[in-house]
Amino acid sequence: MLVLSHRMLRTTGVEMETVKEIKKAWTGPLVFANDLDTFSLDQRLRECRRIECNTVWPGGGMLELIHVNKMVDGEVMIDDVCLTLSSDCINILLGPTLSGKTSLLRLMAGLDKPSSGDIRFNGKSVIGRPVQKRNVAMVYQQFINYPSLSVFENIASPLRVAKMEKKSVTRQVHEAAELLKIDELLNRSPAQLSGGQQQRVALARALVKRAELVLLDEPLANLDYKLREELRAELPRLFSEQGAVLVYATTESTEALRLGGKTAVLHEGRIRQYGKTLEVFRTPGDITTAMVFSDPPLNTAPVTKSGAQLTLGNHPIPLGSQALGLSDAAYRLGIRPHHIGLQQQGPGSVAITGIVTVNEITGSESFIHFDFAGRNWIALIHGVHAVALNEEIQLFLDPQTFYFFHPTGELAHAPDHDRL
Amino acid sequence: MASIVLDGIAHSYADEQSQDGNTALKSIHHEWEDGGAYALLGPSGCGKTTLLNIISGLLTPSRGRVLFNQQDVTSLPAEQRNIAQVFQFPVVYDTMTVAENLMFPLRMRKLAKVDRDARVKEVLSMLGLADLADRKARRLSPDIKQKISLGRGLVRTDANAILFDEPLTVIDPELKWQLRAQLKKVHQQFSHTMIYVTHDQTEALTFADKVMVMLEGEVLQIGTPEELFNSPAHTFVGNFIGSPGMNILPCELNGPFASIGAHRIPLAQVYPATTYPGTTHPGARGRLELGIRPEYIDLVAREENSNALPATIKSIEDLGRFKIVQLMLDHHSIQVLVPEGAPVPSSPAMVFRPEHVKIYRDSVLYGSKTGPD
Amino acid sequence: MKNWNNKAWLLVLPMLALVAFSAVIPLMTVVNYSVQDSFGNNEFFWVGTEWFEEVLHSERFYNALLRNLLFSSIVLAIEIPLGVAIALCMPRRGVAVSVCLVLMALPLLIPWNVVGTIWQIFGRVDIGLLGHGLTSLGLDYNYTQDPLDAWITVILMDIWHWTSLVVLLCYSGLVAIPEAYYQAAHIDGASRWAVFRNIQLPRMKRVLLIAILLRFMDSFMIYTEPFVLTGGGPGNSTTFLSIDLVQMAVGQFDLGPAAAMSLVYFLIILLLSWVFYTVMTKSDADAAPGLGERS
Repeated sequence: MLVLSHRMLRTTGVEMETVKEIKKAWTGPLVFANDLDTFSLDQRLRECRRIECNTVWPGGGMLELIHVNKMVDGEVMIDDVCLTLSSDCINILLGPTLSGKTSLLRLMAGLDKPSSGDIRFNGKSVIGRPVQKRNVAMVYQQFINYPSLSVFENIASPLRVAKMEKKSVTRQVHEAAELLKIDELLNRSPAQLSGGQQQRVALARALVKRAELVLLDEPLANLDYKLREELRAELPRLFSEQGAVLVYATTESTEALRLGGKTAVLHEGRIRQYGKTLEVFRTPGDITTAMVFSDPPLNTAPVTKSGAQLTLGNHPIPLGSQALGLSDAAYRLGIRPHHIGLQQQGPGSVAITGIVTVNEITGSESFIHFDFAGRNWIALIHGVHAVALNEEIQLFLDPQTFYFFHPTGELAHAPDHDRL
Repeated sequence: MASIVLDGIAHSYADEQSQDGNTALKSIHHEWEDGGAYALLGPSGCGKTTLLNIISGLLTPSRGRVLFNQQDVTSLPAEQRNIAQVFQFPVVYDTMTVAENLMFPLRMRKLAKVDRDARVKEVLSMLGLADLADRKARRLSPDIKQKISLGRGLVRTDANAILFDEPLTVIDPELKWQLRAQLKKVHQQFSHTMIYVTHDQTEALTFADKVMVMLEGEVLQIGTPEELFNSPAHTFVGNFIGSPGMNILPCELNGPFASIGAHRIPLAQVYPATTYPGTTHPGARGRLELGIRPEYIDLVAREENSNALPATIKSIEDLGRFKIVQLMLDHHSIQVLVPEGAPVPSSPAMVFRPEHVKIYRDSVLYGSKTGPD
Repeated sequence: MKNWNNKAWLLVLPMLALVAFSAVIPLMTVVNYSVQDSFGNNEFFWVGTEWFEEVLHSERFYNALLRNLLFSSIVLAIEIPLGVAIALCMPRRGVAVSVCLVLMALPLLIPWNVVGTIWQIFGRVDIGLLGHGLTSLGLDYNYTQDPLDAWITVILMDIWHWTSLVVLLCYSGLVAIPEAYYQAAHIDGASRWAVFRNIQLPRMKRVLLIAILLRFMDSFMIYTEPFVLTGGGPGNSTTFLSIDLVQMAVGQFDLGPAAAMSLVYFLIILLLSWVFYTVMTKSDADAAPGLGERS
């Protein structure tokens, strides 16, 4: 039996090719260390993207933004951003359109200069160093390739610029093309490719560059839904293997959750929160973060708490044992749509009556939009539930799942997810 | 408002330059009832945009007829079909104000001024554009421009149908929820015939009463969202709809069981014996696969249920409101959806809910009458 | 914070020298002449603003200026709509596109003086196709004697020569309009005129602005063609500012007044171009792509 240590392979920098050859040559049972089953290397590598954030890839870098500001025509684009991004795991910039994601990526890449503040890579300031001299790769939402060059030449272009010798150019291009499953298309021109394939070419070009900093600006936004899922699963692992600091900008919270890693929530040019993706999702620091990081949108309402009772409009909501430590005051209540149900959920469930405005059914889930106490809320319910429109419906809230925010926006209380 | 019939529509680009996103269509028959909300769903290059352009009259099909209310409109140009269409990217008249943009199609159709003013006002407030009515369209942000495009489609009360070509592509997620809900409301209110083209399953399923799933110029399945989700007629539909898609595993049939390797999975129905692999009848053979949705697999502790399929966990993705657990059953990878708060046993076994286990022969749903017409 | 690379100046140096020799130094010479008088022998003496006063008080100058303004406005009024109309009629795809483009570009490839010569012969009453044809139709056409005929010929010549430029510019603006706009307009039931008014014209605005500016400056400075065709005649009827200037400077050796006049001429062109530009971009400014276009 042959045992290959996954970690050893990585740290010694053994090429994929070599591993494949070993696999071919070895007829006996083959086991990858710290593994129970024998499955392909490819699948094994796919798992890597779920590796915890504190695992440091060899040769990893660190990008620091220190009080970075950017003004354009007197308008604040980036407002005092402090961030430390490392190559430990994927870094996600989550924010709506015009929140400053692209501006921030351009600053990181060195395409723009900050109005004030410092940007450091591995401890050294990179401000003033032109983008050509930095080892940065960027992939955009639009599929950007050289139209006159073949796919092969497109991928090879950064290597040609670096004046790499021919043999290793060919090898590296083939390697990258194979990883992105475009090795059959190397002789075509970009115009002959579908959108997904074109974006794969752009990604392969970023890959061969072996950049220290890889910036992806909504790279999947223009792709088909299913294609997106597929590429999303591959992306982080491809780049993290190279020890690059990987930054991924997106508007979709679902995408952020599927990518894992760490998330920085950006809103109006400011970083609202930065931390492990799931933690940011579960314990948002303020209501803006919670609203940006919620799909379907977060249900909110102003409430007043007194003792074990909440008042929402003129509806009383008994709180049970939850959030009793919270002082009596006015709050903004936040309830995630999947925490509203058609059935009693727990012992403390509270029934409310809403008027159905819209009913959407996806087959696996139903979204019920309803008016409650003058607010338009959405409930996400598993299974198919067709409900009559413009009629009353009884729904259940579980106070255990309530978020409370102070009127200023900061989080006052988040549900304890271990107890859900 | 009209019913729309596609009578043997086929199209090829042999004599024309094939443009991006346009694909040949293979004979399509279908009837859309008056006042329904329908969606065309498929990956790019499946022919959905071609079909939409044939309906709107921007393209004349190579073969077949398009009927609006039993009237042949195949040779009529777009402007005479009385159709409204919203495109993927915002199309606004730069020099006009927001209100004028919405007014434009009505003015061109010589609607009385009183009627059109009232109608424009109504649509503006419905889309939340009332405050911007007198602003020049050119200066506005892309998502507002797209709202204007939507508005120009919705303003037409007399239109035979309103067609949408991936209208929410440029819209932020949160606004998407609002606009989708608004579209639904508009449909309830005015019951236009609406046809919505998209590659996004959520948009298609939430919008439409009936969804047509297309692949490579062919219709794979037409059904309600529930039908598409619970009994996909084709493995492609199974995978394309749902996130993550359906688990598809090669299998064999043994009476009331399907077997995957040494594992036996109980079925809700017995399939005819002639289709078992190894029978002599050549036409009855086929590649058999079992399809099960990640939502319909229950994870139990191995010791609890000896009939369940033992599997090993490869990875767990926590997406907040649910977890996606990747499991290995022998060498097959299977995805299971575990709702928030439900525990994942450390040595799990899977139970496939029998009523949701589907069998596919050569990728087509076997033993059911739902399928492409 | 700024990282100037001073070596970069070296790269600019040759260009600066070239510009100095070709533009700045001649201009300064003209300025120099315009404030001095000379009786040959390289003797100059200071006269101050005398030449400017003379130019600005001479009827000859105003007549020529009026002719220029009239000519430019007629030429613009015809060439711009005609160019737009031709651009709208041109095919958008297929082989015909390149054929049309080459045909359109042809007049632009002919040197100015050759254009003049062509039309001089073309319009001749004895052997020219146009001139002979018109007279044999019984029309009293003779551009060397009748001022109106001379004007018509000069204008026709300019239209023939320069409309292509407007066509090419407008065409480039038209092909840049995404197909979806036309489709949307079709579906909205827009008439041909509405499509032009609401889609094509606004989207052509920028190139049209360039076309108008170019054509204005060019037509205002017209020299070669009328010089070859009519030599400024009959009488002074086609003596434009530029022709007048040359007659003054080269024919009469009045260097001082000529220098003063050319500076005035230069300032007028600059002023008019600026006025044109601001007026035309002003209407654009309130509709300029705002911050909302950013993504």
